[in-house]
Amino acid sequence: MTFNAAALLLLIAGLALIGWIAGRARSNLLAGRAQAKLHSRPQYHGWYVALWLFAPAALFLALWSAVSPGLITNEVLTSEAAKSLPAFGFERGAILSDARNVAQGSQEAVRIPAAAPLVKPYSQATHRYAWIGIAAMLALALAGGLYAFTRIKPDFRARSRVEKIVMLLLLLASLVAILTTFGIVLSLLFESIRFFRLVSPTELLFGTEWAPTSGAPQPDTFGGIPLFWGTILIGAIIAMIVAIPIGMMSAVYLTQYANPRVRKWVKPCLEILAGVPTVVYGYFAALTVAPALREFAVAIGIPNASTESALAAGIVMGVMIIPFVSSMADDSINAVPQAMRDGSLALGATPNETIRQVLIPAALPGVMGGILLAVSRAIGETMIVVMAAGLSANMTANPFASVTTVTAQIVKLLTGDQEFDSAKTLAAFALGLVLFVVTLLLNIVALRIVKKYREAYE
Amino acid sequence: MSKMTSPTDWKGGAMQARIAKRYAAERRFRLFGLGAVLLSGLFLAFLLFTMVGNGLRGFTYTNVAVPVDFKAMPLTVDASRLGDADADQVIANAGLADIVAFAADEALGDGGSAMISENAWKEVRSAIKDDPELLQGKTVFHLPTSSEVDIAAKEGAKGVLGAKVDALTRDGKLSTGIHSPFFKNADATDPAVAGIWGALKGSVLTILIAFLIAFPTGVLAALYLEEYAPKNRWTDLIEVSINNLAAVPSIIFGLLALAVFINWFGICQASALVGGLTLALMTMPVIVIASRNAIKSVPPSIRDAALGVGASPVQVVFHHVLPLALPGILTGTIIGMARALGETAPLLLIGMRAFIGDVPSGVCSPATVLPMQIFLWSDEVDRGFVEKTSAAIIVLLIVLLSMNALAIYLRNKFEKRW
Amino acid sequence: MTQEDLTITDPKMTAKGVNVFYGEKQAINDVSIDVGTDLVTAFIGPSGCGKSTFLRSLNRMNDTVAGAKVTGRIELDGEDIYAPSMDVVQLRARVGMVFQKPNPFPKSIYDNVAYGPRIHGLAPNKSDLDGIVEKALTRAGLWDEVKDRLGESGTALSGGQQQRLCIARAIAVDPEVVLMDEPCSALDPIATAKIEELIHELRGKFAIVIVTHNMQQAARVSQRTAFFHLGTLVEYGKTTDIFTNPKQERTKDYITGRYG
Repeated sequence: MTFNAAALLLLIAGLALIGWIAGRARSNLLAGRAQAKLHSRPQYHGWYVALWLFAPAALFLALWSAVSPGLITNEVLTSEAAKSLPAFGFERGAILSDARNVAQGSQEAVRIPAAAPLVKPYSQATHRYAWIGIAAMLALALAGGLYAFTRIKPDFRARSRVEKIVMLLLLLASLVAILTTFGIVLSLLFESIRFFRLVSPTELLFGTEWAPTSGAPQPDTFGGIPLFWGTILIGAIIAMIVAIPIGMMSAVYLTQYANPRVRKWVKPCLEILAGVPTVVYGYFAALTVAPALREFAVAIGIPNASTESALAAGIVMGVMIIPFVSSMADDSINAVPQAMRDGSLALGATPNETIRQVLIPAALPGVMGGILLAVSRAIGETMIVVMAAGLSANMTANPFASVTTVTAQIVKLLTGDQEFDSAKTLAAFALGLVLFVVTLLLNIVALRIVKKYREAYE
Repeated sequence: MSKMTSPTDWKGGAMQARIAKRYAAERRFRLFGLGAVLLSGLFLAFLLFTMVGNGLRGFTYTNVAVPVDFKAMPLTVDASRLGDADADQVIANAGLADIVAFAADEALGDGGSAMISENAWKEVRSAIKDDPELLQGKTVFHLPTSSEVDIAAKEGAKGVLGAKVDALTRDGKLSTGIHSPFFKNADATDPAVAGIWGALKGSVLTILIAFLIAFPTGVLAALYLEEYAPKNRWTDLIEVSINNLAAVPSIIFGLLALAVFINWFGICQASALVGGLTLALMTMPVIVIASRNAIKSVPPSIRDAALGVGASPVQVVFHHVLPLALPGILTGTIIGMARALGETAPLLLIGMRAFIGDVPSGVCSPATVLPMQIFLWSDEVDRGFVEKTSAAIIVLLIVLLSMNALAIYLRNKFEKRW
Repeated sequence: MTQEDLTITDPKMTAKGVNVFYGEKQAINDVSIDVGTDLVTAFIGPSGCGKSTFLRSLNRMNDTVAGAKVTGRIELDGEDIYAPSMDVVQLRARVGMVFQKPNPFPKSIYDNVAYGPRIHGLAPNKSDLDGIVEKALTRAGLWDEVKDRLGESGTALSGGQQQRLCIARAIAVDPEVVLMDEPCSALDPIATAKIEELIHELRGKFAIVIVTHNMQQAARVSQRTAFFHLGTLVEYGKTTDIFTNPKQERTKDYITGRYG
């Protein structure tokens, strides 16, 4: 029997409901007896009991679910059968999970013979810890409920207590964001440090050979420059060449020239472009754009034209980013006060002179911020490059050739049967760290520019 | 009464020429703008057109008429056992597959059994289970053809196969129908029976979990930040974290999930649970930002009025502000969920890239999501998967477009302008 | 409304039967008025009476407002400014405008003033342009204060200086008429006094039309005054006459402060 967390959660929720009814009833009863008015409405007393019943037990349940698999495994390892396990590595993990799966009922029979003797210890340990867990949880629930129940009196400030608990909940919810950021930073750092023990940071950041092939006669090299170059070529150069002019001119047209009806129809179209999933863009790039480009390249005699090219990925990525650039440019141009536009027109300037010489220079910080954010989005993009740009680490300026990016390599390193500790999988984390830091810097700079710019016009 | 010594000659030739040039520049500029807008529209149209064009055929499949005479080739099976739970196994053991193959060879000529799908006999099996009377006589079954024949029929093929297909078409033995396995089955290696149901169910489970986690957390966090948080360094830190998280590349969340959820917590790999958790972390900042905007737009006068009748701060927020901000919050949430539905990159890293041939049975069983299915099929060498991929894309786009349309409808209908 | 004997022999701009609509709403109702060359004409009236709207139709700035429609005839030197043959770009160079809130461009002081001459090609070379800029700034009474810092941003000046910069910008293209829409309402009294002084000095050089809600200001700076109320022109005459001996009851009520 597995420790079915969902069922147990429902159980204590049910208990909490009973507690709620009981608490409310008691508060009414006590008020009636003492002929006194309640400080808080009866339902708040109910909520008080229910929360004290539910929260400690639920918390314990969450903790127990996280911790008990480890405890169970530890106990199994002390048993007789465990002595014959291999010391480390992939095989050990596989045998343990095989036995665990059978013991917990998600698998019919062992797939690895060596796992058979471990099934019984697993099942015993699982049962034991499950009962301990349930007992402790129920005890906590009962204790909490009783404690709350006994505190109910007519003058008990139940509502204030409940509201304090609600506020705590809100605060905890907000902390999830910080927790996530910390989680990302710590996990990336942790694994990257393990990587940097095997491969030096200078090699990753400045090395020019990327060849993490397993089992080849040459040693693996982890020089990241070809990846960084590929990322920049596709995301910061080609995609931006497509997205910036089209995005900006669309924004200019929509804000200055288009009548409201046109705006009403075009803006949703741009939103649709933004809403198409990246895997669809990637498929489109691989299926239609890349072969067409290759034929074009062969026709005009460019060497090394491949069916997975930087140009195909870059163009499609640019199209994906157009709505992004357009909407940020739109916002920035609209933020320029109307008075500035009027002032220029009143001097006898044509609309395009007004736009080019007054509005865009005035909106420039906002537009720059938007472009930086777009670049950050482009270099973090994964699916389009995985499907259309290929995986060969090439340091070429030829956009028709196949290049690879940081994100594509992260995917390649982590899919496939690697052990978690090998240099290859850790390299993915190191690359992830580099990507995170770069996009973080871009975002911070961009947001600061946009914020300063907005304040100037507020 | 003196003006400048030489008044500007507005009517003179030089000035008129200059003005003409300026207006020409104006026209060109305006045309550029229009061109940019049209180009964007063209890209979108081209994309949709290609996908729909390729994918519509994926919804249909070619069937061929194969008469099976059970009187001539009886199926040795006990008719009373056809209602049992193991009827499938019983019928299979009785050699139905061979009977059907034989019938195909007879009906279609040499190599006929290769022209029907290798799983075609299962359709006969279902038909028999529904109506055991069929075992007494001869019936013409419309069986799905093999993938090669299907492609040949749809696109026209040359060579021996092409000739056979043409012959069958002339004889009227081929028919096309809606390919229900596409909607009912999970993934398979044979494109004739591969379907999206497994991926759809996986997507639904994953998004549900993501919603259950991200929506309360996001809304509560937004309420806290907008209504209660004091202006100090900690609040600034939270705000900065949220704004940055919203812009972090999605693949980083995959790395986080791999390191923490799978390796440290040991949550079931490649499952809807861990996928939902990852997407929840990714979507929460989006929900927070959208909710904050919605809450900000509720005017302070509402709050003042509520406080004025003696409501506590918590009551003000939950009884007054939240209901008014709800349409905006829901709109933002739907849009955030739609984005999560289309995400693939983080899920690649948690193991959903594997081939999963079963429909997921719970939140912990191996699952995949629809965009991932599209990705997996796009890699397949078998040509039969090309139209399936595009068909799956059409399904995904329809779902996403509906969600976005719903969000826009909600926004237009319920948003009050204060 | 009939015009009094105003001794405007050679009006710079004339308006006949002008109506202005914003969508369905009518903002200006059958206004006819002459603007004299080399005179300062003031438009006064309570808020919302349409004086700014009428002012904006004199240089076709209402064209930039969606849904605005102007009927009737407005002429500059005898030419209908709403005729298709009238070039709006030229019109606005000949009829300049200064706005209520100073709106210098986020460029340097020099570039602000030079913007107009540059786009119209009024200065064939740099030294000519320098001359135009210096002259405009001098006329606006700002030259001495900024001559050493022409490269600084126009937005770094004080409110009064910014408004004078905007005036310099407007007169740098050598207009024939300058329209001023409540130019002092955002300024402190000292800056206001400076602007009024400026108006006195500029008076002979172009026709000036100033919209103001400050009656005393109108009395100080203008020679002709038009009183607008609820979109119609109630009375138009010599400033001294309007303020000492108004002919219409409504004018008298407004002047004496019975409503505002």
